[in-house]
Amino acid sequence: MIAKQTNQKAWFMVLPVFLVVAFSAVIPLMTVVNYSVQDTFGNNVFTWVGMDWFKDLIHSERFHAAFLKQLMFSGIILLIEVPLGIVIALAMPKKGWGVPVCLIGMALPLLIPWNVVGTIWQIFGRVDIGLLGHTLASLGIHYNYTQDPVAAWITIIIMDVWHWTSLVVLLCYAGLCSIPDAYYQAAKIDGASRLAVFRYIQLPKMQRVLLIAILLRFMDSFMIYTEPFVITGGGPGNSTTFMSIDLVKMAVGQFDLGPAAAMSLVYFLVILLLCWVFYTVMSNVGEESSNGGK
Amino acid sequence: MRLKWLIPAIYIFFLLLPIYWLVNMSLKTNEEILSVFTLWPRDLTFANYKVIFTDASWYSGYINSMIYVSINVVISVTFALPAAYAFSRYSFVGDKHLFFWLLTNRMAPPAVFALPFFQLYSSIGLFDTHIAVAIAHCLFNLPLAVWILEGFMSGIPKEIDETAFVDGYSWPRFFVKIFIPNIASGIGVTAFFCFMFSWVELLLARTLTAVNAKPISAIMTRTVSASGLDWGVLAAAGVLTILPGALVIYFVRNHIAKGFALGRV
Amino acid sequence: MAKVTLKEIAHSYTGYSENPDDYALKKLDLTWRDGGAYALLGPSGCGKTTLLNIISGLLIPTKGQVLFNDQDVTRLPTEQRNIAQIFQFPVIYDTMTVFQNLAFPLKNRGRTKEEIEPRVIELAKMLNLEKDLYTKAQHLTADAKQKISLGRGLIRTSVNAILFDEPLTVIDPQLKWQLRSQLKFLHKKFGFTMIYVTHDQTEALTFADEVIVMYEGAIVQIGTPEALFERPEHTFVGYFIGSPGMNIVPCRLQGNQAMIDDHALVLGKTYRDIPTGAKIEIGIRPEYLRLAPPGGKGLPVNIQKVDDIGRYKIVRVGLNNRKFNVVMTELSGMTGDNASLVFNMNHTNIYVNDHLFVGDQQ
Repeated sequence: MIAKQTNQKAWFMVLPVFLVVAFSAVIPLMTVVNYSVQDTFGNNVFTWVGMDWFKDLIHSERFHAAFLKQLMFSGIILLIEVPLGIVIALAMPKKGWGVPVCLIGMALPLLIPWNVVGTIWQIFGRVDIGLLGHTLASLGIHYNYTQDPVAAWITIIIMDVWHWTSLVVLLCYAGLCSIPDAYYQAAKIDGASRLAVFRYIQLPKMQRVLLIAILLRFMDSFMIYTEPFVITGGGPGNSTTFMSIDLVKMAVGQFDLGPAAAMSLVYFLVILLLCWVFYTVMSNVGEESSNGGK
Repeated sequence: MRLKWLIPAIYIFFLLLPIYWLVNMSLKTNEEILSVFTLWPRDLTFANYKVIFTDASWYSGYINSMIYVSINVVISVTFALPAAYAFSRYSFVGDKHLFFWLLTNRMAPPAVFALPFFQLYSSIGLFDTHIAVAIAHCLFNLPLAVWILEGFMSGIPKEIDETAFVDGYSWPRFFVKIFIPNIASGIGVTAFFCFMFSWVELLLARTLTAVNAKPISAIMTRTVSASGLDWGVLAAAGVLTILPGALVIYFVRNHIAKGFALGRV
Repeated sequence: MAKVTLKEIAHSYTGYSENPDDYALKKLDLTWRDGGAYALLGPSGCGKTTLLNIISGLLIPTKGQVLFNDQDVTRLPTEQRNIAQIFQFPVIYDTMTVFQNLAFPLKNRGRTKEEIEPRVIELAKMLNLEKDLYTKAQHLTADAKQKISLGRGLIRTSVNAILFDEPLTVIDPQLKWQLRSQLKFLHKKFGFTMIYVTHDQTEALTFADEVIVMYEGAIVQIGTPEALFERPEHTFVGYFIGSPGMNIVPCRLQGNQAMIDDHALVLGKTYRDIPTGAKIEIGIRPEYLRLAPPGGKGLPVNIQKVDDIGRYKIVRVGLNNRKFNVVMTELSGMTGDNASLVFNMNHTNIYVNDHLFVGDQQ
């Protein structure tokens, strides 16, 4: 392949994208940074307060609570969706009419607008008009996601599993499909057990896609907003007020610009850190598999 | 394990159950929904759908969504094409950093941008317009478009470019007549993803609109907070938003299956 | 180690059919003795991989039986046939070290560490892998990985047969001969029945005691490498084996004379009872043709091209429209473009409808 030629004029081709994204990203971010170091008592009068908002934030109970809830949520999500996704991907057919049926069925939840996902589950979980709620009630189980924090959490988690596990499944399935038959044949000839086949053939080959799936799910679950907002609005109380919801409440609802801005920056920085980890690990995994050669 | 097929079967059943329930509800009258609990409509009715198609406050939502999503797709693909070409073919000062910075925007939490966007677009008088949402969605769609297109473009050998230039093509003519047909499927994939991510996004779309450009997602959520809910209509509205996704999957189902069979990851 | 017998095997990918054209593998019978080295040689699509898969158990033949030591294994799954198979590309366990890779088949069969370790080390030495024994397998080169695959096939003390499916495909050309000799050495040492599928005649001819040449789903000849070279029983064998292959040219027969267009050639034998309307061809290897100065005893030809391979030259000559390749070490005494083509009658064959037709000695 011809090496890329150096051409500074290429900047002109990138300029439109750069400008739009800069407009969408840099200007708002500068605004946020601006707010994070200032305070206002209204009437557009701002005074410099330096790192005060950040200090408040680090010590704020509210922030700790939201951050911990968020971590716990993302952790639970990963613990459920990743193994479940792998198990389903392993069980999916590789040939025949089952393949398109599975792929279509699994892809459907991924393409539903997120507020509709929320609405679907909001309805589904209600005791009076929802299949799930009604069934649970008729079984004698007390279930009310608007009043019981545990029920609210469970509902949101199941909803997220319903919504996003397919992403893990599809990614793992793609990884599995790339394994040539010869590997399975060789394993049979070697007398390998089912578990050994999974551990030594399937899991290593799925490693790369699994990493993508894990990081995507972690990041997206860390940013989750719409679905829980539609179902519970952050309640009951603030038991399901995850970080994005809390942030929007602060910024757009309460107009607490300073604290909201500081939180935004910390939030964004955490995600950027994860993104950097993602990029680095991915490049290393990519290098390892290409150095290993085929 | 002969019963292996049970696992995906149960999972798909689990996936379809809530959707079936939504469709079920959309075909019932409000009275039936609130009075009895039935697994399929006792009095099948399309009245809810009729409301949406006739009531401007509902169908305008769909129209608004379609408008800004389409604008976004056009902007994203059009701007991303030359940029992806630059990343794929040339090296220039800061190119790797620029690419990485673009990717980080895809990872930006919309919540962080809700308020700043609100202020920004208000200050330039674009609040409550379709173009505002379209540009706002570019925050994550443009990087995605560049990322996907760059991947496809890198698959086209540079020799094709060289040959065209030697043959006397000007760059615009080469790009339109030779290059684009080669990456047609890549453009299709990009447009698909941009469409989907813009269609499903709620937070920014709601923050930046009030009345004129209110998307269907916002109308639905607004209705939620009111009491005396019209569940049937809400369900019908939901079903209608699932349709574009379902249609798209149906049309590309063979490509999806083939893609996996080829083992490309 | 086992004697492998194929009884009336035929296979059609579209299932049982009365139409012979549906059969990718036409009816064949073969017996391979215990401990022999055999090659299945033929171009792509000739059915050799189909045949290999029937032996290994990946394919159940539409008709016929497969027997290992007279035991019917036709419907037995692969893992129960006690065979080893080496594929076109290296199949190794990436996360394991070379040692663990080689030990894997023994470990799965319940052998103890004391039994496994010496055997792995001995095999690694034979394959020149001992210095990489504790490296992760995925970091090695393609030929080292293929050797690991080979090692996993040989590590078990008793296998019925070892099957090779074009195993040198991914190996660099300069390393191919090294692996070939190692395979031959290992065969002598362990004495397993080895069946080697390839489209490369060099691999087949150097590896096997006996070569089975296949073409379009049928066996065209079985024989030692010498037999295949000297007496190809089918024009395909003549053309496929040898580099360049046999010259095969249409002719007419009259008693002990062959007429190539208008030129007569006196043959060493008389050919009688040839069916009328049959396709008759004369075949002779380039190694058994000689060029003499023009006007001599042979056929008048003109020299069209000379390729210098180094150790010898390939001269392309033409007789009207007919082309011949001649292999000669020197072109001394040749001037100009014309020459006489002299046939060595002891190595000239006649083919009727593509099959070797034996004439009567005079």
